[in-house]
Amino acid sequence: MSVLLIAEHNNQDLKPFTLNAVTAASQMGEDLHALIIGQNCGDATKKLSELPLVKKVIQVEAPHYENFVAENFAPVIVKLAENYSHIVCSANTFGKNLMPRIAASLDTSQVSDIIKVISQDTFLRPIYAGNAFATVKSNDTKKCVTIRPTSFDPCESSGGSASIEKVEPGEEFNNTKFVKREEIKSDRPELGTARVVVSGGRGMQSGDNFKLITSLADKLNAAIGASRAAVDAGYIGNDHQVGQTGKVVVPDLYIAVGISGAIQHLAGMKESKVIVAINKDGEAPIFSVADYGLEADLFEAVPQFLDELNKLNTIQK
Amino acid sequence: MKILVAVKRVIDYNVQIRVKEDNTGVVTDNVKMSTNPPDDNAIEEAVKIKEAGKATEVIAVSVGEEKAQETVRKALAVGADKGILIKTDGVLEPLAVSKLLQKIVEKEKPDLVFMGKQAIDDDCNQTGQMLSALLNWPQATFASKIEIKDKKLEVTREIDEGLETIEIGIPAIVTCDLRLNEPRYASLPNIMKAKKKPIEQINASDLGVDTSARIEHIKVEEPPKRKAGIKVSSVAELVQKLKNEAKVI
Repeated sequence: MSVLLIAEHNNQDLKPFTLNAVTAASQMGEDLHALIIGQNCGDATKKLSELPLVKKVIQVEAPHYENFVAENFAPVIVKLAENYSHIVCSANTFGKNLMPRIAASLDTSQVSDIIKVISQDTFLRPIYAGNAFATVKSNDTKKCVTIRPTSFDPCESSGGSASIEKVEPGEEFNNTKFVKREEIKSDRPELGTARVVVSGGRGMQSGDNFKLITSLADKLNAAIGASRAAVDAGYIGNDHQVGQTGKVVVPDLYIAVGISGAIQHLAGMKESKVIVAINKDGEAPIFSVADYGLEADLFEAVPQFLDELNKLNTIQK
Repeated sequence: MKILVAVKRVIDYNVQIRVKEDNTGVVTDNVKMSTNPPDDNAIEEAVKIKEAGKATEVIAVSVGEEKAQETVRKALAVGADKGILIKTDGVLEPLAVSKLLQKIVEKEKPDLVFMGKQAIDDDCNQTGQMLSALLNWPQATFASKIEIKDKKLEVTREIDEGLETIEIGIPAIVTCDLRLNEPRYASLPNIMKAKKKPIEQINASDLGVDTSARIEHIKVEEPPKRKAGIKVSSVAELVQKLKNEAKVI
């Protein structure tokens, strides 16, 4: 049987992580179909049909699908699921909200947030915020799986020409109404997907001192992170929190400034490709995961860091 | 209005977990256990709604081993009126937990069910949504703000792009984000009072639902260790290494 991937999009465009999810889904079976549910989502549908790994696109359009309400999405997916062995989606807030509603309706025990496909029924997933990895085998006939997008490479985005089949929409769920969405607009890369993240901890001593983190992040085109301690102390908003109770990030470069490295913080960043720690306490646990550790007073080191970066001819963006 | 709050007993978030030597799971013996952090937010919100005169009763329910009674008791100490413990042997999957909770919802007939958005042990993030599906109720997941408006709730949700607001009809399920509120600590007099509040014990096997495991845990392992890094002596050396060795800037 075929694999069904639920595409995430904003009606005009595919969300970038859909490409990562396609890669993951393609590893679960030979024949991959992609489902797009929305309203006036023709452009996004076309892009989906151009992904070479996708063999067929199923499009469902109706006004009540415009804002991606899970209660509207689930019934139509449950109906389509009949023909598929796997239902797959990204484990971001869209997929986390939607997939369990589908799985429960199918009486399937969902496998959440996998980081590796071992075989068609066996997957690797982090538990305890990445402090342990579990290999799990699903014995349900239908598998409902959400995937961690950063653990899979994006698929090729052009060259394919899958057929597009339109399917009748389901009924509207009347007890849930979308009101509004306030997207946080920023010139900075988003914390979850940034190539570089600069984070500050309690060592920053005040919210005002976070300006140092901001200037370093500006220079490196980085997202700004923070430890829970810095958030709890009120130096910066919680949407910057990296860790078990915040965001899990896997950038190419993670710079931890004045962060001691509590377990809960390490859980959110220790999969980063290169980790730099700047801390005046040479015994701080952050040094145990850092590729490059600098034992120094951050209030001297960060301005020097900026000076050194200014001397470079080029900085990767 | 009646609010049912589901709470889970998990390893405390400050504990460095250890994987068992035989790779069958993580060590839980003699390890500090606590309420799953966002479940504390769920209880807090329910108690606040009651204190504001908009709810009449808050019931805390937990699914777990005998010791999960402590977690229910803690919810009672911060303001829940009564507790329910659904006793099980071992750990159940979210699908089984949501089926058991469905039975409690049918019996207690709450108007709202609150719980944390995710448990910090299995990190599944499923139970609330599954319970909503089984009941065919609206779901407001990852809630950071809840306003009660007559027979409706306006809920602000934390989504990847920012914030989303939805309006849902009661009865409904809300899963709570850490940003929803600041959970209170139980005062000593309230801890004493909580000891007199009732906790009803129900055996999961008496609820007539299939709770068998559908997922096999083949093995649980330590994540790959990072190889030890180096200490650099100056910022100049650091920048040089990042540029020429790691090639990330």
